[in-house]
Amino acid sequence: MGEAAPDIEFAVDIRGAALSYGGAPLFDGLDIRLEAGLWTCLLGPSGVGKSSLLRLIAGLGGGAAGRVRAAPVAYMSQDDLLLPWANVLDNTVLGARLRGERPDYDRARLLLNQVGLADSTLAKPATLSGGERQRVALVRTLMEDRPVVLMDEPFGSLDAITRHAAQDLAARLLAGRTVLLVTHDPLEALRLGDRVHVMTGRPAALEPVPLPDLAPPRDVRDPAVLAAQGALLARLAA
Amino acid sequence: MKAALRMAVVAAGLLIVWQAIVSITGARPFILPGPLAVASALARHGGLLLPHAGTTLAEILLGLGIGAALGAFSALVVAHVRPARLWLLPVLVASQAVPVFAIAPVLVLWLGYGMASKVAMAVLIIFFPVTAAFYDGLSRTDPGWLDLARSMGASRWRQLLHLRIPAALPACASGLRVATAVAPIGAVVGEWVGASAGLGYLMLHANARMQVDLMFAALLVLAAMALILYFTVDRLLRLAVPWQADTLLQDHRKETVEP
Repeated sequence: MGEAAPDIEFAVDIRGAALSYGGAPLFDGLDIRLEAGLWTCLLGPSGVGKSSLLRLIAGLGGGAAGRVRAAPVAYMSQDDLLLPWANVLDNTVLGARLRGERPDYDRARLLLNQVGLADSTLAKPATLSGGERQRVALVRTLMEDRPVVLMDEPFGSLDAITRHAAQDLAARLLAGRTVLLVTHDPLEALRLGDRVHVMTGRPAALEPVPLPDLAPPRDVRDPAVLAAQGALLARLAA
Repeated sequence: MKAALRMAVVAAGLLIVWQAIVSITGARPFILPGPLAVASALARHGGLLLPHAGTTLAEILLGLGIGAALGAFSALVVAHVRPARLWLLPVLVASQAVPVFAIAPVLVLWLGYGMASKVAMAVLIIFFPVTAAFYDGLSRTDPGWLDLARSMGASRWRQLLHLRIPAALPACASGLRVATAVAPIGAVVGEWVGASAGLGYLMLHANARMQVDLMFAALLVLAAMALILYFTVDRLLRLAVPWQADTLLQDHRKETVEP
Protein backbone atom coordinates (compact mmCIF):
# COMPACT_ATOMS: atom_id res chain seq x y z
CA MET A 1 0.00 0.00 0.00
CA GLY A 2 3.07 2.22 -0.01
CA GLU A 3 4.23 4.58 2.67
CA ALA A 4 1.54 6.97 3.79
CA ALA A 5 2.00 10.48 5.01
CA PRO A 6 2.04 10.57 8.83
CA ASP A 7 -1.04 12.79 9.05
CA ILE A 8 -3.30 10.12 7.54
CA GLU A 9 -5.32 8.25 10.12
CA PHE A 10 -5.72 4.51 9.69
CA ALA A 11 -8.71 2.66 11.09
CA VAL A 12 -7.22 -0.71 10.25
CA ASP A 13 -3.54 -1.60 10.10
CA ILE A 14 -2.55 -5.13 9.14
CA ARG A 15 1.11 -6.10 9.02
CA GLY A 16 2.71 -9.29 7.86
CA ALA A 17 -0.50 -11.14 7.09
CA ALA A 18 0.21 -14.72 6.06
CA LEU A 19 -1.88 -17.68 5.01
CA SER A 20 -0.87 -21.06 3.67
CA TYR A 21 -3.10 -23.42 1.79
CA GLY A 22 -1.93 -26.96 1.16
CA GLY A 23 1.65 -26.09 2.10
CA ALA A 24 1.96 -23.21 -0.38
CA PRO A 25 1.57 -19.62 0.78
CA LEU A 26 -1.53 -17.82 -0.52
CA PHE A 27 -0.08 -14.62 0.82
CA ASP A 28 2.89 -13.86 3.03
CA GLY A 29 4.08 -10.64 4.61
CA LEU A 30 1.08 -8.77 3.28
CA ASP A 31 0.46 -5.26 4.65
CA ILE A 32 -2.82 -3.45 4.29
CA ARG A 33 -3.98 -0.24 5.88
CA LEU A 34 -7.43 1.26 5.61
CA GLU A 35 -7.63 5.01 5.76
CA ALA A 36 -10.26 6.18 8.21
CA GLY A 37 -13.53 7.28 6.65
CA LEU A 38 -12.74 5.96 3.18
CA TRP A 39 -13.95 3.03 1.09
CA THR A 40 -11.21 0.61 0.16
CA CYS A 41 -12.14 -1.98 -2.44
CA LEU A 42 -10.30 -5.25 -2.88
CA LEU A 43 -10.53 -6.96 -6.26
CA GLY A 44 -9.04 -10.21 -7.32
CA PRO A 45 -9.62 -13.69 -8.71
CA SER A 46 -11.38 -16.36 -6.66
CA GLY A 47 -9.20 -18.24 -4.22
CA VAL A 48 -6.55 -15.53 -3.96
CA GLY A 49 -7.29 -15.05 -0.27
CA LYS A 50 -9.40 -11.87 -0.25
CA SER A 51 -12.02 -13.32 2.05
CA SER A 52 -9.36 -14.79 4.34
CA LEU A 53 -7.78 -11.37 4.67
CA LEU A 54 -11.16 -9.93 5.54
CA ARG A 55 -11.76 -12.66 8.10
CA LEU A 56 -8.38 -11.89 9.66
CA ILE A 57 -9.40 -8.25 10.12
CA ALA A 58 -12.79 -9.30 11.47
CA GLY A 59 -11.14 -11.66 13.95
CA LEU A 60 -13.05 -14.64 12.60
CA GLY A 61 -10.09 -16.98 12.27
CA GLY A 62 -9.83 -18.99 9.09
CA GLY A 63 -6.13 -19.76 9.22
CA ALA A 64 -4.62 -16.38 8.34
CA ALA A 65 -2.10 -14.90 10.77
CA GLY A 66 -0.77 -11.39 11.11
CA ARG A 67 -0.50 -8.37 13.35
CA VAL A 68 -3.92 -6.73 13.38
CA ARG A 69 -4.71 -3.33 14.73
CA ALA A 70 -8.29 -2.49 13.94
CA ALA A 71 -11.12 -0.40 15.29
CA PRO A 72 -14.29 -2.38 16.09
CA VAL A 73 -15.73 -3.89 12.93
CA ALA A 74 -19.11 -4.89 11.60
CA TYR A 75 -19.25 -7.72 9.07
CA MET A 76 -21.51 -8.25 6.09
CA SER A 77 -21.34 -11.21 3.73
CA GLN A 78 -22.74 -12.16 0.35
CA ASP A 79 -25.34 -14.30 2.06
CA ASP A 80 -27.78 -12.00 3.85
CA LEU A 81 -27.75 -14.46 6.81
CA LEU A 82 -31.20 -13.39 7.93
CA LEU A 83 -32.77 -15.68 10.51
CA PRO A 84 -35.81 -17.31 8.88
CA TRP A 85 -37.70 -17.59 12.17
CA ALA A 86 -37.38 -13.91 13.10
CA ASN A 87 -39.15 -10.98 11.49
CA VAL A 88 -37.32 -8.14 9.75
CA LEU A 89 -37.19 -5.89 12.82
CA ASP A 90 -35.85 -8.64 15.08
CA ASN A 91 -33.27 -9.53 12.45
CA THR A 92 -31.96 -5.97 12.38
CA VAL A 93 -31.42 -5.91 16.15
CA LEU A 94 -29.74 -9.33 16.23
CA GLY A 95 -26.42 -7.88 17.42
CA ALA A 96 -27.94 -6.31 20.52
CA ARG A 97 -29.86 -9.49 21.31
CA LEU A 98 -26.72 -11.59 20.91
CA ARG A 99 -24.84 -9.32 23.29
CA GLY A 100 -27.68 -9.29 25.79
CA GLU A 101 -28.22 -5.56 25.31
CA ARG A 102 -31.50 -3.73 25.08
CA PRO A 103 -32.35 -3.51 21.34
CA ASP A 104 -32.83 0.01 19.97
CA TYR A 105 -36.03 -0.66 18.03
CA ASP A 106 -36.61 3.03 17.29
CA ARG A 107 -33.30 3.35 15.49
CA ALA A 108 -33.93 0.08 13.64
CA ARG A 109 -37.32 1.38 12.46
CA LEU A 110 -35.74 4.65 11.37
CA LEU A 111 -33.09 2.86 9.34
CA LEU A 112 -35.62 0.44 7.85
CA ASN A 113 -37.57 3.51 6.82
CA GLN A 114 -34.46 4.94 5.16
CA VAL A 115 -33.95 1.78 3.09
CA GLY A 116 -37.62 1.76 2.10
CA LEU A 117 -38.71 -1.18 4.22
CA ALA A 118 -40.88 0.65 6.73
CA ASP A 119 -43.87 -1.52 5.81
CA SER A 120 -42.02 -4.80 6.13
CA THR A 121 -40.86 -4.63 9.76
CA LEU A 122 -43.03 -7.56 10.78
CA ALA A 123 -42.51 -9.62 7.62
CA LYS A 124 -40.52 -12.85 7.67
CA PRO A 125 -37.36 -12.79 5.48
CA ALA A 126 -38.74 -15.56 3.25
CA THR A 127 -41.40 -13.17 1.97
CA LEU A 128 -38.86 -10.59 0.79
CA SER A 129 -36.97 -10.33 -2.49
CA GLY A 130 -33.21 -10.77 -2.67
CA GLY A 131 -32.64 -7.01 -2.83
CA GLU A 132 -34.94 -6.38 0.14
CA ARG A 133 -33.22 -9.07 2.16
CA GLN A 134 -29.83 -7.53 1.48
CA ARG A 135 -31.19 -4.13 2.56
CA VAL A 136 -32.29 -5.71 5.84
CA ALA A 137 -28.77 -7.11 6.20
CA LEU A 138 -27.40 -3.61 5.55
CA VAL A 139 -29.60 -2.18 8.30
CA ARG A 140 -28.44 -4.96 10.63
CA THR A 141 -24.84 -3.98 9.82
CA LEU A 142 -25.61 -0.30 10.45
CA MET A 143 -27.26 -1.15 13.75
CA GLU A 144 -23.88 -2.38 14.96
CA ASP A 145 -22.71 1.23 14.58
CA ARG A 146 -19.04 0.29 14.22
CA PRO A 147 -16.45 2.64 12.74
CA VAL A 148 -15.21 -0.07 10.36
CA VAL A 149 -17.46 -2.10 8.07
CA LEU A 150 -16.12 -5.18 6.30
CA MET A 151 -18.15 -6.38 3.34
CA ASP A 152 -17.49 -9.64 1.55
CA GLU A 153 -19.26 -9.52 -1.82
CA PRO A 154 -22.32 -7.98 -0.20
CA PHE A 155 -24.14 -7.45 -3.48
CA GLY A 156 -22.79 -10.51 -5.28
CA SER A 157 -26.07 -12.39 -5.28
CA LEU A 158 -28.17 -9.50 -6.62
CA ASP A 159 -29.10 -8.84 -10.22
CA ALA A 160 -27.38 -5.91 -11.93
CA ILE A 161 -30.15 -3.35 -11.44
CA THR A 162 -30.86 -4.25 -7.83
CA ARG A 163 -27.12 -4.23 -7.19
CA HIS A 164 -26.80 -0.73 -8.61
CA ALA A 165 -29.51 0.57 -6.26
CA ALA A 166 -28.00 -1.30 -3.31
CA GLN A 167 -24.60 0.26 -4.01
CA ASP A 168 -26.07 3.76 -3.95
CA LEU A 169 -27.88 3.00 -0.72
CA ALA A 170 -24.79 1.56 0.94
CA ALA A 171 -22.64 4.48 -0.20
CA ARG A 172 -25.17 6.91 1.30
CA LEU A 173 -25.74 5.09 4.59
CA LEU A 174 -22.12 4.12 5.21
CA ALA A 175 -20.73 7.59 4.46
CA GLY A 176 -18.09 8.55 6.99
CA ARG A 177 -17.26 4.99 7.97
CA THR A 178 -14.17 3.05 7.03
CA VAL A 179 -15.25 0.37 4.60
CA LEU A 180 -13.38 -2.59 3.17
CA LEU A 181 -15.32 -4.04 0.27
CA VAL A 182 -14.23 -7.35 -1.23
CA THR A 183 -15.73 -7.77 -4.68
CA HIS A 184 -15.45 -9.62 -7.98
CA ASP A 185 -17.03 -6.76 -9.88
CA PRO A 186 -14.58 -4.14 -11.27
CA LEU A 187 -17.39 -1.68 -11.91
CA GLU A 188 -18.58 -1.97 -8.31
CA ALA A 189 -15.08 -1.22 -7.06
CA LEU A 190 -14.75 1.74 -9.45
CA ARG A 191 -18.14 3.12 -8.44
CA LEU A 192 -17.62 2.93 -4.70
CA GLY A 193 -13.92 2.91 -3.91
CA ASP A 194 -11.87 5.82 -2.63
CA ARG A 195 -9.00 3.34 -2.92
CA VAL A 196 -9.04 0.24 -5.08
CA HIS A 197 -6.49 -2.56 -4.82
CA VAL A 198 -6.06 -5.61 -6.97
CA MET A 199 -4.93 -8.72 -5.13
CA THR A 200 -3.16 -11.15 -7.47
CA GLY A 201 -0.32 -13.62 -7.67
CA ARG A 202 0.87 -16.38 -5.43
CA PRO A 203 1.93 -15.37 -2.88
CA ALA A 204 -0.51 -12.56 -3.48
CA ALA A 205 0.42 -8.90 -3.53
CA LEU A 206 -1.74 -5.79 -3.43
CA GLU A 207 -1.45 -3.28 -6.23
CA PRO A 208 -3.23 0.07 -6.25
CA VAL A 209 -5.50 0.91 -9.16
CA PRO A 210 -5.58 4.45 -10.59
CA LEU A 211 -9.06 5.93 -10.19
CA PRO A 212 -11.04 8.51 -12.18
CA ASP A 213 -10.91 11.90 -10.56
CA LEU A 214 -14.50 11.83 -9.30
CA ALA A 215 -16.04 11.45 -5.89
CA PRO A 216 -17.79 8.12 -5.23
CA PRO A 217 -20.36 6.88 -5.88
CA ARG A 218 -19.22 7.50 -9.42
CA ASP A 219 -21.54 7.66 -12.38
CA VAL A 220 -21.35 4.44 -14.38
CA ARG A 221 -22.01 6.42 -17.59
CA ASP A 222 -18.89 8.52 -17.09
CA PRO A 223 -16.37 7.74 -19.86
CA ALA A 224 -13.48 7.81 -17.40
CA VAL A 225 -15.21 5.20 -15.21
CA LEU A 226 -15.97 3.02 -18.20
CA ALA A 227 -12.42 3.31 -19.50
CA ALA A 228 -11.07 2.40 -16.08
CA GLN A 229 -13.44 -0.57 -15.97
CA GLY A 230 -12.16 -1.80 -19.32
CA ALA A 231 -8.54 -1.43 -18.24
CA LEU A 232 -9.25 -3.17 -14.94
CA LEU A 233 -11.06 -6.07 -16.62
CA ALA A 234 -8.17 -6.55 -19.01
CA ARG A 235 -5.76 -6.50 -16.10
CA LEU A 236 -7.75 -9.03 -14.06
CA ALA A 237 -8.16 -11.32 -17.05
CA ALA A 238 -4.44 -11.23 -17.86
CA MET B 1 -59.05 -33.03 2.85
CA LYS B 2 -57.14 -34.67 0.03
CA ALA B 3 -54.94 -36.39 2.62
CA ALA B 4 -58.00 -37.64 4.49
CA LEU B 5 -59.42 -39.07 1.28
CA ARG B 6 -56.13 -40.79 0.54
CA MET B 7 -56.10 -42.26 4.04
CA ALA B 8 -59.64 -43.58 3.57
CA VAL B 9 -58.70 -45.17 0.26
CA VAL B 10 -55.62 -46.81 1.80
CA ALA B 11 -57.66 -48.08 4.76
CA ALA B 12 -60.37 -49.46 2.48
CA GLY B 13 -57.72 -51.14 0.33
CA LEU B 14 -56.14 -52.80 3.36
CA LEU B 15 -59.55 -54.03 4.56
CA ILE B 16 -60.25 -55.54 1.13
CA VAL B 17 -56.86 -57.30 1.09
CA TRP B 18 -57.50 -58.54 4.63
CA GLN B 19 -60.94 -59.92 3.71
CA ALA B 20 -59.53 -61.42 0.51
CA ILE B 21 -56.84 -63.31 2.45
CA VAL B 22 -59.48 -64.64 4.85
CA SER B 23 -61.79 -65.68 1.97
CA ILE B 24 -59.10 -67.21 -0.25
CA THR B 25 -57.18 -69.13 2.42
CA GLY B 26 -60.32 -70.06 4.31
CA ALA B 27 -58.49 -69.23 7.55
CA ARG B 28 -60.45 -70.23 10.62
CA PRO B 29 -61.62 -67.37 12.86
CA PHE B 30 -59.22 -68.32 15.68
CA ILE B 31 -56.29 -68.02 13.27
CA LEU B 32 -57.29 -64.92 11.35
CA PRO B 33 -60.69 -63.35 11.92
CA GLY B 34 -62.14 -61.26 9.09
CA PRO B 35 -62.69 -57.51 9.31
CA LEU B 36 -66.37 -57.95 10.15
CA ALA B 37 -65.66 -60.30 13.04
CA VAL B 38 -63.11 -57.87 14.42
CA ALA B 39 -65.54 -54.97 14.00
CA SER B 40 -68.15 -56.89 15.92
CA ALA B 41 -65.61 -57.70 18.65
CA LEU B 42 -64.76 -54.00 18.75
CA ALA B 43 -68.43 -53.17 19.33
CA ARG B 44 -68.99 -55.96 21.88
CA HIS B 45 -65.87 -55.26 23.93
CA GLY B 46 -65.89 -51.48 23.64
CA GLY B 47 -66.34 -51.07 27.38
CA LEU B 48 -63.37 -53.33 28.03
CA LEU B 49 -61.09 -51.85 25.37
CA LEU B 50 -61.60 -48.22 26.32
CA PRO B 51 -59.99 -48.18 29.80
CA HIS B 52 -57.13 -50.38 28.59
CA ALA B 53 -56.58 -48.06 25.64
CA GLY B 54 -56.61 -45.14 28.09
CA THR B 55 -53.87 -46.77 30.16
CA THR B 56 -51.68 -47.41 27.12
CA LEU B 57 -52.28 -43.90 25.78
CA ALA B 58 -51.32 -42.39 29.14
CA GLU B 59 -48.11 -44.45 29.15
CA ILE B 60 -47.26 -43.36 25.61
CA LEU B 61 -47.98 -39.67 26.27
CA LEU B 62 -46.02 -39.65 29.53
CA GLY B 63 -43.16 -41.48 27.86
CA LEU B 64 -43.25 -39.06 24.96
CA GLY B 65 -43.25 -35.98 27.19
CA ILE B 66 -40.52 -37.18 29.53
CA GLY B 67 -38.50 -38.79 26.73
CA ALA B 68 -38.63 -35.70 24.52
CA ALA B 69 -37.66 -33.41 27.41
CA LEU B 70 -34.83 -35.73 28.43
CA GLY B 71 -33.70 -36.11 24.82
CA ALA B 72 -33.70 -32.36 24.17
CA PHE B 73 -31.86 -31.72 27.44
CA SER B 74 -29.15 -34.30 26.79
CA ALA B 75 -28.69 -32.97 23.24
CA LEU B 76 -28.19 -29.46 24.65
CA VAL B 77 -25.72 -30.69 27.24
CA VAL B 78 -23.76 -32.72 24.72
CA ALA B 79 -23.74 -29.84 22.24
CA HIS B 80 -22.82 -27.08 24.66
CA VAL B 81 -20.50 -28.74 27.17
CA ARG B 82 -17.36 -30.03 25.48
CA PRO B 83 -16.41 -32.72 28.05
CA ALA B 84 -19.98 -34.04 27.87
CA ARG B 85 -19.56 -34.63 24.15
CA LEU B 86 -16.53 -36.82 24.81
CA TRP B 87 -17.92 -38.70 27.79
CA LEU B 88 -21.68 -38.69 27.46
CA LEU B 89 -22.11 -39.34 23.73
CA PRO B 90 -20.62 -42.87 23.90
CA VAL B 91 -22.85 -43.62 26.88
CA LEU B 92 -25.92 -42.47 24.93
CA VAL B 93 -24.97 -44.67 21.99
CA ALA B 94 -24.26 -47.62 24.31
CA SER B 95 -27.67 -47.18 25.92
CA GLN B 96 -29.19 -47.97 22.53
CA ALA B 97 -27.01 -51.03 22.00
CA VAL B 98 -29.02 -52.86 24.67
CA PRO B 99 -32.38 -53.88 23.17
CA VAL B 100 -35.32 -52.56 25.14
CA PHE B 101 -36.90 -56.01 24.92
CA ALA B 102 -33.94 -57.35 26.88
CA ILE B 103 -34.18 -54.88 29.73
CA ALA B 104 -37.98 -54.87 29.91
CA PRO B 105 -38.09 -57.64 32.55
CA VAL B 106 -35.52 -55.78 34.64
CA LEU B 107 -37.53 -52.56 34.47
CA VAL B 108 -40.65 -54.41 35.56
CA LEU B 109 -38.68 -55.97 38.38
CA TRP B 110 -37.41 -52.57 39.53
CA LEU B 111 -40.41 -50.36 38.86
CA GLY B 112 -43.25 -52.82 39.36
CA TYR B 113 -46.24 -53.92 37.30
CA GLY B 114 -47.77 -50.46 37.21
CA MET B 115 -47.37 -47.67 34.71
CA ALA B 116 -43.91 -46.57 35.84
CA SER B 117 -42.06 -49.46 34.15
CA LYS B 118 -43.94 -48.89 30.85
CA VAL B 119 -43.29 -45.16 30.90
CA ALA B 120 -39.61 -45.85 31.59
CA MET B 121 -39.53 -48.24 28.64
CA ALA B 122 -41.16 -45.67 26.34
CA VAL B 123 -38.74 -42.99 27.58
CA LEU B 124 -35.78 -45.26 26.78
CA ILE B 125 -37.03 -45.73 23.23
CA ILE B 126 -38.05 -42.11 22.69
CA PHE B 127 -35.20 -40.05 24.06
CA PHE B 128 -32.54 -41.33 21.69
CA PRO B 129 -34.02 -40.28 18.33
CA VAL B 130 -34.75 -36.88 19.85
CA THR B 131 -31.22 -36.54 21.21
CA ALA B 132 -29.61 -37.72 17.99
CA ALA B 133 -31.68 -35.49 15.70
CA PHE B 134 -31.51 -32.40 17.92
CA TYR B 135 -27.78 -32.79 18.50
CA ASP B 136 -27.28 -33.18 14.78
CA GLY B 137 -29.24 -29.98 14.19
CA LEU B 138 -27.33 -28.13 16.92
CA SER B 139 -23.99 -29.08 15.43
CA ARG B 140 -24.95 -28.07 11.89
CA THR B 141 -25.68 -24.40 12.38
CA ASP B 142 -24.91 -22.35 9.26
CA PRO B 143 -21.25 -21.29 9.74
CA GLY B 144 -22.16 -17.90 8.25
CA TRP B 145 -24.52 -17.24 11.15
CA LEU B 146 -21.82 -18.18 13.64
CA ASP B 147 -19.33 -15.85 11.91
CA LEU B 148 -21.88 -13.08 12.10
CA ALA B 149 -22.56 -13.83 15.76
CA ARG B 150 -18.85 -13.81 16.59
CA SER B 151 -18.33 -10.51 14.76
CA MET B 152 -21.18 -9.16 16.89
CA GLY B 153 -19.47 -10.28 20.07
CA ALA B 154 -21.95 -12.97 21.08
CA SER B 155 -21.11 -15.35 23.90
CA ARG B 156 -21.36 -19.09 23.24
CA TRP B 157 -24.39 -19.27 25.47
CA ARG B 158 -26.25 -16.57 23.52
CA GLN B 159 -25.21 -18.14 20.21
CA LEU B 160 -26.83 -21.33 21.48
CA LEU B 161 -29.96 -19.53 22.62
CA HIS B 162 -30.53 -17.24 19.63
CA LEU B 163 -29.00 -19.21 16.75
CA ARG B 164 -28.20 -22.84 17.38
CA ILE B 165 -31.42 -23.83 19.15
CA PRO B 166 -33.90 -22.17 16.77
CA ALA B 167 -31.86 -23.35 13.79
CA ALA B 168 -31.93 -26.91 15.16
CA LEU B 169 -35.65 -27.02 15.89
CA PRO B 170 -36.63 -28.43 12.48
CA ALA B 171 -34.14 -31.29 13.02
CA CYS B 172 -35.47 -31.75 16.56
CA ALA B 173 -38.98 -31.93 15.12
CA SER B 174 -37.87 -34.75 12.81
CA GLY B 175 -36.52 -36.63 15.82
CA LEU B 176 -39.80 -36.08 17.64
CA ARG B 177 -41.72 -37.51 14.69
CA VAL B 178 -39.60 -40.66 14.73
CA ALA B 179 -40.00 -40.85 18.52
CA THR B 180 -43.77 -40.54 18.23
CA ALA B 181 -43.85 -43.35 15.71
CA VAL B 182 -41.87 -45.73 17.93
CA ALA B 183 -43.34 -44.64 21.27
CA PRO B 184 -46.12 -47.29 21.35
CA ILE B 185 -43.48 -50.05 21.09
CA GLY B 186 -42.06 -49.22 24.51
CA ALA B 187 -45.43 -49.14 26.19
CA VAL B 188 -46.73 -52.35 24.60
CA VAL B 189 -43.55 -54.33 25.22
CA GLY B 190 -43.70 -53.26 28.83
CA GLU B 191 -47.27 -54.46 29.06
CA TRP B 192 -46.37 -57.82 27.58
CA VAL B 193 -43.66 -58.43 30.12
CA GLY B 194 -45.80 -57.74 33.10
CA ALA B 195 -48.85 -55.56 33.63
CA SER B 196 -52.39 -55.54 34.90
CA ALA B 197 -53.78 -53.07 32.40
CA GLY B 198 -53.21 -51.69 28.90
CA LEU B 199 -53.79 -52.90 25.35
CA GLY B 200 -50.63 -55.02 25.35
CA TYR B 201 -51.81 -56.79 28.48
CA LEU B 202 -55.29 -57.23 26.99
CA MET B 203 -53.86 -58.72 23.77
CA LEU B 204 -51.73 -61.19 25.67
CA HIS B 205 -54.69 -62.13 27.84
CA ALA B 206 -57.04 -62.50 24.85
CA ASN B 207 -54.48 -64.56 22.99
CA ALA B 208 -54.13 -66.99 25.88
CA ARG B 209 -57.91 -67.44 25.97
CA MET B 210 -58.16 -67.84 22.17
CA GLN B 211 -60.20 -64.62 21.90
CA VAL B 212 -58.43 -63.82 18.65
CA ASP B 213 -61.10 -61.37 17.51
CA LEU B 214 -60.61 -59.35 20.71
CA MET B 215 -56.86 -59.47 20.18
CA PHE B 216 -57.25 -58.04 16.71
CA ALA B 217 -59.69 -55.43 17.97
CA ALA B 218 -57.10 -54.33 20.55
CA LEU B 219 -54.47 -54.26 17.81
CA LEU B 220 -56.74 -52.11 15.67
CA VAL B 221 -57.32 -49.66 18.51
CA LEU B 222 -53.58 -49.49 19.15
CA ALA B 223 -52.83 -48.83 15.49
CA ALA B 224 -55.53 -46.15 15.25
CA MET B 225 -54.22 -44.51 18.42
CA ALA B 226 -50.63 -44.52 17.12
CA LEU B 227 -51.72 -43.02 13.79
CA ILE B 228 -53.80 -40.27 15.36
CA LEU B 229 -50.99 -39.48 17.77
CA TYR B 230 -48.46 -39.29 14.95
CA PHE B 231 -50.54 -37.01 12.77
CA THR B 232 -51.43 -34.77 15.71
CA VAL B 233 -47.79 -34.40 16.69
CA ASP B 234 -46.81 -33.83 13.05
CA ARG B 235 -49.43 -31.09 12.69
CA LEU B 236 -48.39 -29.42 15.95
CA LEU B 237 -44.72 -29.50 14.96
CA ARG B 238 -45.51 -27.93 11.59
CA LEU B 239 -47.32 -25.13 13.39
CA ALA B 240 -44.53 -24.69 15.92
CA VAL B 241 -41.65 -24.75 13.41
CA PRO B 242 -43.07 -22.96 10.38
CA TRP B 243 -39.66 -21.96 9.01
CA GLN B 244 -38.79 -25.54 8.16
CA ALA B 245 -40.05 -25.05 4.61
CA ASP B 246 -38.29 -21.70 4.48
CA THR B 247 -34.88 -23.25 5.08
CA LEU B 248 -35.52 -25.57 2.16
CA LEU B 249 -36.32 -22.55 0.03
CA GLN B 250 -33.24 -20.84 1.41
CA ASP B 251 -31.02 -23.79 0.53
CA HIS B 252 -32.41 -23.71 -2.95
CA ARG B 253 -31.75 -19.98 -3.22
CA LYS B 254 -28.16 -20.48 -2.08
CA GLU B 255 -27.60 -23.17 -4.65
CA THR B 256 -28.85 -20.95 -7.44
CA VAL B 257 -26.69 -17.92 -6.59
CA GLU B 258 -23.40 -19.76 -6.17
CA PRO B 259 -21.23 -19.02 -9.19
